[in-house]
Amino acid sequence: MGGMATDIKLIDENGKRIDGRSFDELRPIKIEAGILERADGSAYIEWGNNKIIAAVYGPREVYPKHMQDPSKAILRARYNMAAFSVDERKKPGPDRRSIELSLVISNALSSVVLLEQFPRTAIDVFIEVLQADAGTRIAGLTAASVALADAGIPMKDLIVGCAAGKVDDIVVLDLNKEEDNYGQADLPVAIIPRTKELVLFQMDGDMTFEEIERGLKMAIDASMKVYELQKEALKRKYINLAQEDEQQ
Amino acid sequence: MSKFTDNVISEIKRDYIQKLLSQGSRIDGRGQYEFRKIEIIKNFIPRADGSALVRLGNTQVLVGVKIETGEPFPDTPNTGVLSTNAELVPLASPTFEAGPPGEEAIELARVVDRGIRESKAIDLEKLVIKEGELVWIVFVDIHVLDYDGNLFDASALGSIVALKNSIVPAQRFGQGENFPLPVRHYPATTTFVKIGDRIVLDPNLDEENIAHSRITITTNEEGKINAIQKGLEGTFTREEVLETIKMSIESGKYLRNTFILGDDQK
Repeated sequence: MGGMATDIKLIDENGKRIDGRSFDELRPIKIEAGILERADGSAYIEWGNNKIIAAVYGPREVYPKHMQDPSKAILRARYNMAAFSVDERKKPGPDRRSIELSLVISNALSSVVLLEQFPRTAIDVFIEVLQADAGTRIAGLTAASVALADAGIPMKDLIVGCAAGKVDDIVVLDLNKEEDNYGQADLPVAIIPRTKELVLFQMDGDMTFEEIERGLKMAIDASMKVYELQKEALKRKYINLAQEDEQQ
Repeated sequence: MSKFTDNVISEIKRDYIQKLLSQGSRIDGRGQYEFRKIEIIKNFIPRADGSALVRLGNTQVLVGVKIETGEPFPDTPNTGVLSTNAELVPLASPTFEAGPPGEEAIELARVVDRGIRESKAIDLEKLVIKEGELVWIVFVDIHVLDYDGNLFDASALGSIVALKNSIVPAQRFGQGENFPLPVRHYPATTTFVKIGDRIVLDPNLDEENIAHSRITITTNEEGKINAIQKGLEGTFTREEVLETIKMSIESGKYLRNTFILGDDQK
């Protein structure tokens, strides 16, 4: 967390946050499946002011060849921020943060994709953050799992998540940029919705055991709401396709 | 395939470890939440401004601290800078390769960094020479020498012990008298893995090789949590995560009292 001492008040006397939300309210979320022509699967998500595209290629041949696994596919996610996605221009290309996030996102997606069905292949997942507004790893992961489903890759379930955090000593859901910069803790969570098992779980800042317990519950409950939006996005795409077929 | 997990392990050994765990015991005879033997040699590298060699069972990690002057970040003109790096050098394991840090080394460095940074262990505000222009930059370099499991805890422990014993080399930079690095909090980091449905603390290499999920938790002396990182492709239930956090607060106390603060009384 930025965590710098500050006079900025993030929650007012009525318990409203600077964007008008209550402590357990999600930002507006919009998900669209199948938005790219060339990719095998894709999805676009707007989560608050985040704008993120995810694309899936594969299963396809593995390059470099020595990385292939004779027993299963390898899933490689690449989280990348556009230079113009943040206030101060970000130097293009991977930095240490994006390499770590790529790893935890790859791990989370690998837990549900049936990799054993495609030995010696690679499933590549590309996440491009076009505009960042806190919570990009979870929004990107949420979009990536829709893109995987859109690509027709067999999965046990989608992956979905939401972050909780701590702001002005209050545990809140889904931090926005100001809360992320000046808040006290960030707690990104992603789950397999069917079992509610955790596949991504990180935390930084300063929280008590009880605060984490509360944040975790809020994040899991909110994830289940986002899960409904993921399913709707996938259904919407195939209903549209079916209607186009009828017209022909 | 991860560098931490592509060590080949035989089916027989895998089954044996799992069978033992299901009966509540471990391959090296430890309890579920018991650390291996820990030894620390402070100031192992006198050339460094602070250092610690940590032996955690057969795992060996050397942490060196170097402190230099430099420019602060533009958004934090009135604080010093902390920079943490880790190298998985090929002498430490047949599965490590030479070259720039891979994703495992970067994750290791960032998790250790997060524990130090979020606990506000170093008083970075006392490391300003001229506001906005010149500050002290603290480099923590983690050098893995022998990888026999659980680099996270060995590296984090070595880092806080090395920092606690570091001297800011002011004379070397013409900035007055040398002074001890201001360290005011003592984060302790503990790592658990899940094998089947059993969870154990401080996995050795065999346990790490067959683990599906990992969780690393840093707590401070008030029993608050400063950093968490879930690792690997497996899952944890909410109850399991909360249990490991509880255990981490306890095990963190042991590490802090015995190895981080322990020598102060001697």
